[in-house]
Amino acid sequence: MARIRKRSIQLSKLCSFACCRSSSQDEHAQIGQKGYSRVVYCNEPDSQEQIRLRYRGNYVSTTKYTAVNFIPKSLFEQFRRVANIYFLVVACVSFSPLAPYSAPSIILPLVVVIGATMAKEGVEDWRRNLQDIEANNRKVEVYDKSSCSFRQTKWKDLRVGDLVKVCKDEYFPADLLLLSSSYEDVVCYVETMNLDGETNLKLKHALNVTSFYSSAESLKEFRAVIKCEDPNEHLYSFIGTLYFDCQQYSLSPQQILLRDSKLKNTEYIFGVVIFTGHDTKVMQNATDPPSKRTKIERRMDRIIYVLFSTLILVSFIGSLFFGIETNNDLSGGNYTRWYLRPDKTTVFFDPRRPAVAAFLHCLTGLMLYGYLIPISLYVSIEICKVLQSIFINQDQAMYDEEMDRPAHARTSNLNEELGQVHTILSDKTGTLTCNSMEFVKCSIAGTLYGRGMTEVEIALARKRGEQLTEQAPIDASESKKSIKGFNFRDERIMDGKWVSEPQSDVIQKFFRVLATCHTAVPEVMGPDEIMYEAESPDEAAFVIAAREVGFEFFARNQTSIKLRELDPTSGIRVDRVYELLHVLEFSSARKRMSVIVKNPENQLLLLAKGADSVIFERLSKEGRAYEERTKEHIEKYSEAGLRTMAVAYRELDNDEYKTWEQEFLKAKTSVSADRDVLMDELACQIERDLILLGATAVEDKLQKGVPGCIDKLARAGIGIWVLTGDKRGTAINIGYACSLLRHGMKQIVITLELPEILAQEKEGDKEAIAEASLNSIKLQILKAKSQVTEESSTEFGLIIDGKSLTYAMDKNLVNSFMDLAMRCATVICCRSSPKQKAVITRLVKSVTGRTTLAIGDGANDVGMLQEADIGVGISGVEGMQAVMASDFAIAQFRFLERLLLVHGHWCYRRISMMICYFFYKNITFGFTLFWFEAYTSFSGQPAYNDWYMSCYNVFFTSLPVIALGVFDQDVSARLCLKHPLLYQEGVRNILFNWPRILGWMFNGLLSSIIIYFLTTNSITGPAFRKDGQVADYSVLGVTMYTCVVWTVNCQMALSINYFTWIQHLFIWGSIAFWYIFLVVYGSIPPTLSTTAYKVLVEACAPSILYWLTTLLVVIAALLPLLSYRAFQIRFRPMEHDRIQIQRRRPESTEYDATQRRLSESSEARTSSELPSEFKHRCLKKSANIGIASAGLGV
Amino acid sequence: MTDTDRGTQRDRDSAFSLFTQQSLPACKPVLTPEWVIMTFLFIGFIFIPVGLVTLRASHSVVEIVERYDIGCVPEPFRIDKVSYIQDDSIPKNCSLSFKVPKYMKAPIYIYYQLENYYQNHRRYVKSRSDKQLLHGQNEHGISSCQPVEVNNDRPIIPCGLIAWSLFNDTFTFIRNRAELKVNRKNIAWKSDREHKFGKNVYPFNFQNGTLIGGGKLNPTIPLSDQEDLIVWMRTSALPSFRKLYGRIEKDLDVDDVVVVHLMNNYNTYSFGGKKKLVLSTTSWLGGKNDFLGLAYVFIGSSSVTIAVVFTLLHLLSPRH
Repeated sequence: MARIRKRSIQLSKLCSFACCRSSSQDEHAQIGQKGYSRVVYCNEPDSQEQIRLRYRGNYVSTTKYTAVNFIPKSLFEQFRRVANIYFLVVACVSFSPLAPYSAPSIILPLVVVIGATMAKEGVEDWRRNLQDIEANNRKVEVYDKSSCSFRQTKWKDLRVGDLVKVCKDEYFPADLLLLSSSYEDVVCYVETMNLDGETNLKLKHALNVTSFYSSAESLKEFRAVIKCEDPNEHLYSFIGTLYFDCQQYSLSPQQILLRDSKLKNTEYIFGVVIFTGHDTKVMQNATDPPSKRTKIERRMDRIIYVLFSTLILVSFIGSLFFGIETNNDLSGGNYTRWYLRPDKTTVFFDPRRPAVAAFLHCLTGLMLYGYLIPISLYVSIEICKVLQSIFINQDQAMYDEEMDRPAHARTSNLNEELGQVHTILSDKTGTLTCNSMEFVKCSIAGTLYGRGMTEVEIALARKRGEQLTEQAPIDASESKKSIKGFNFRDERIMDGKWVSEPQSDVIQKFFRVLATCHTAVPEVMGPDEIMYEAESPDEAAFVIAAREVGFEFFARNQTSIKLRELDPTSGIRVDRVYELLHVLEFSSARKRMSVIVKNPENQLLLLAKGADSVIFERLSKEGRAYEERTKEHIEKYSEAGLRTMAVAYRELDNDEYKTWEQEFLKAKTSVSADRDVLMDELACQIERDLILLGATAVEDKLQKGVPGCIDKLARAGIGIWVLTGDKRGTAINIGYACSLLRHGMKQIVITLELPEILAQEKEGDKEAIAEASLNSIKLQILKAKSQVTEESSTEFGLIIDGKSLTYAMDKNLVNSFMDLAMRCATVICCRSSPKQKAVITRLVKSVTGRTTLAIGDGANDVGMLQEADIGVGISGVEGMQAVMASDFAIAQFRFLERLLLVHGHWCYRRISMMICYFFYKNITFGFTLFWFEAYTSFSGQPAYNDWYMSCYNVFFTSLPVIALGVFDQDVSARLCLKHPLLYQEGVRNILFNWPRILGWMFNGLLSSIIIYFLTTNSITGPAFRKDGQVADYSVLGVTMYTCVVWTVNCQMALSINYFTWIQHLFIWGSIAFWYIFLVVYGSIPPTLSTTAYKVLVEACAPSILYWLTTLLVVIAALLPLLSYRAFQIRFRPMEHDRIQIQRRRPESTEYDATQRRLSESSEARTSSELPSEFKHRCLKKSANIGIASAGLGV
Repeated sequence: MTDTDRGTQRDRDSAFSLFTQQSLPACKPVLTPEWVIMTFLFIGFIFIPVGLVTLRASHSVVEIVERYDIGCVPEPFRIDKVSYIQDDSIPKNCSLSFKVPKYMKAPIYIYYQLENYYQNHRRYVKSRSDKQLLHGQNEHGISSCQPVEVNNDRPIIPCGLIAWSLFNDTFTFIRNRAELKVNRKNIAWKSDREHKFGKNVYPFNFQNGTLIGGGKLNPTIPLSDQEDLIVWMRTSALPSFRKLYGRIEKDLDVDDVVVVHLMNNYNTYSFGGKKKLVLSTTSWLGGKNDFLGLAYVFIGSSSVTIAVVFTLLHLLSPRH
């Protein structure tokens, strides 16, 4: 096998950190102990030792069920619902003589309903299974020792210890130890998109000792033992030791290739399988998201309980009367109703023991009136929600063309909650802003560079009421070509002119730091084109900025960085090589990063960049020359909404470096748990006495359409909280930029940066500080509250920082704080940690008791997303963790507007209407049975044939209600967006409040009375046909049932607002199906069809009275609702009624004109200054809500 | 999803896209005041005439109802009617007469009407065997007939409470000294005669027990021809009901005096039920029933009233 190793290491040039120069000789303390017991015999998967360990195979199953446990497990899931248990008990009892109807007729609907739900589960699981099959049967090349070659093997047959070869663009089949690669310096690149969503490539590096094994022949001799940690879910850690050639080598995550990541830019690699199947890190990470239930569902449960109580009550009344009647059958020793043979009776009808008979009859009643409980409710709702989420996924208006990402409803059970959101808690970076950074300004040696204004600055200027000068915003068209990540314009520096600036040496150093202090990888795309793969967009912006100014970073390998820079003396571009000695990486705790390099002049330099606070406290005395001015500039930048970073350097003494390096390397190769702490300490040791060079300012660009979207959401009456880690100034400015804080809004700032607190902090008494802080916060909150109460007509914006927040969350204060927060239109929490975000979310949820929605894009938002009622993940650039933890994923913040105002509103309306209607139709049906009972001396004889009843919920009324739940629209999507106030219907829950639910139930009761009494009086008694026949039990049943089917389906037609052919088909089809059913069922032999035999064909259809009765009853039963709706729409219209009427006559209405004026004005002014009357209305509404929720909180 | 998929989906005109984007062409009815008024007026204008027509049909029917359960008990027995009816030694014949109030055109339907008789009681309704009625003795499955399924260890045909309690009052009609012929054929449903009651099934062991319920059956006539039984076994919907007894196929003139000789055999006295004899003609709609017409007129006029009230309120109250 001829193998040419890549000589030109164009891609294999980076080993910025963790280059293993030496292997640790230290005994790894934990290896072999508990938690670190895994042993892998490399290349010997068949050895006795390996087999004895019985590690799991590489077969992976992500399904919830298996073929064996599907039936019992899914049945168990089904019968965890109270209603289903009830139906199961009924089905069991239906075999006893207690049952008012035959057992099959009650079992069939139960089987259909349970079967449908199980089928849904099964299909979902089958899809997962197909994915598993696909993954398990992928092919990988596994080394075969006998033939010294690789042969194709399925993934699932892979064993621990196997040697595998993975080629370019293939996925790793298991967690592997990298042995060697096609590159001579045994590196390889992997893409970890499936693990953390990051698209940039990561570099992995094998141990040098294994690099020799780079051909199939040489592998034959390869023997080694790996001892390492047990399977765990930590993606970024790995502790293990390689025993090879009588030597021990410590292993780090650098050598581990994780399953489901992809090999990129590398021809092939060899690796040893360490973890297989469910032991792999990615599988260990797979957890089920917490299950969330919607408020409507919870209320629905309570309604079910109400119905259960009604059921029991009705049965009780029935059995009471039955007991009395039965008792009367034996009066004074004589049997009265002799035709019932009371003398020769069973216990169920025994007049001598009427109490027992009544009790048993109560059970019969519970079964008979069981139609009050809608059996198919749960499954119908589930079907509807799944279809609704398909619509959400398919919505083209929420599809991001650039990223090719549609919206994705990850759970389908929260759809209607989207229509009830009261508060949105939003992350800032990556959510409101697009996390694409542009280098716009810098301050070098105390001088400001970079002109032009950012969007935030413009908003800021407008806020101050300044007239905008001609200084237009930075315009990309101005420059020759726009460069992504770079928006810096200054003729003093650009095009090599920096040389003539007074402090050109500082400028040179400044940009050198930017060009070398990073972990980016250059990719040469063409002669003049270099792209950078960087860990964060800030970093890319710096490298690009350095390149554009003239410090072009063009190549790097493990030990050096190559720059092409302008030599100020000669004026030509020269290549300079910096020897890269160490990289002290960035971490959120350190808030800084530095590199140690040796420049071509053999100087040892430490180049550092980091947060201003961190860098300033590490400056040397001489290094503080520009401190004051730089601080000022940084202040100014952050006011303008820019992200700042301070840049500094230090020249290192050779001896100092040597001693430090020794310790550092020792720490680095140690494998103990406190390694990180040790390394941090050592990094601190060297990162001191820095000399300040200047500061950078990077603009965090707002996402497209954010201000408009926020404006819409605010007008919909949704409160918006921004939870960000940024500084107060930045947060406020972003707030203005995206119209969260508006002109004319009063700011309430709660902070601890007060002179008296700061003074105490200097003293250092922690308890005193805490107490003083608490008191101060208390005072501020009370003051703000009184201010808010006094000026009830103004809008307020509350700004609080993370530290103050910890005090405001104090048990005694939290209620008044939340009270205050709820009265403010906008709340911004700056400097808050991920944990605080989650805590705030939980508090808002519990204190207001309303629906909260959290939206975020990063791993730091995961807690918040899981805590909120609804978590929305932005599938942006920051990785997939947020999306994986979310309930809905969208590509852009602005899609939230459509998700809430359109889909949320629709789904809320659909589900609440659907549930109300469900109860209506079942009450209508159930109570006709009860009225009939009253005329059978409550004997438990159902009014209808058994099979009519069992088909009621499943066939004659189910499809229209599903059509309602899936397709109904009160107003079109365009109008939903145009009239954001419509959303308040969901927030205030006016479509599913108790009056409305009870109203529907009452309507059901009314319908049942109308149907029963009109039908019986019209049809029974005298002849119902010209030929003198009278209507008997079966004719009455059919007539009443016909009326019920017509009535409930026509009620549906009355209550939906949107008729497509689907609705027509379902509604009229259901009615038609009833007649078809009757004909078909009536034509099977009478021993099976009993009372239904030829009842339509022979008895009812020829009777004009039957048809006239149907018409009369249906219209009479519809009349109450129709008149109520007519009067309500005309005289007390709800928001959607109003809009529907407007839609009809757009030209003649004032309301519409207001709207038009509004949209024009908001376009003209961009800031959301609303016409006063409208604003007032919004304001009043939100104030009302605020007060209402405050009332709940106290 | 591939690019081409997207491309086709972007095609706004395709029906599938209209469906997924939830923008199918739809009719969106709105209850505007005009529609409300029109709808209610329309209902009124349909319902009132229909109601009037049905009322007219109902009034064209001539109906004679004569209660006889008390009148047919001789004066001395009226204190204890139950023992009178249970005493076989007392003859039960009785006669009543009435004057025809209006010209009655043939066919005139004769019904007997029972009140407070729970033929729809669950125990009663279930006590029958459709299989036995159709196939006869060799069929099992008569357990549903309890408590009247066997007698002397032999199955009863027809079994069950319904058959056992067969109504057995009989009526003969005399006009001007001449007997009016009563046609008692074809009073049951055709499907019942042909498909529910067997042609080869004969009554057997019927009313042979210690307790005799209602009427007896001629054991030489197959069940499919026992129309009285068939009619009786179509259980009634409500506790007060009429059942067809026969037809008089001669017209009755005004002031004709009809004398009815009847056998008052059936016991309704123990549970306080009423017995009535009904003679009625039919219209195209059926028997005499004012309820439907009145209900139509009522609904129609309420609709019109609502329309008027709505219009007035609509005009008086200004739009916001």
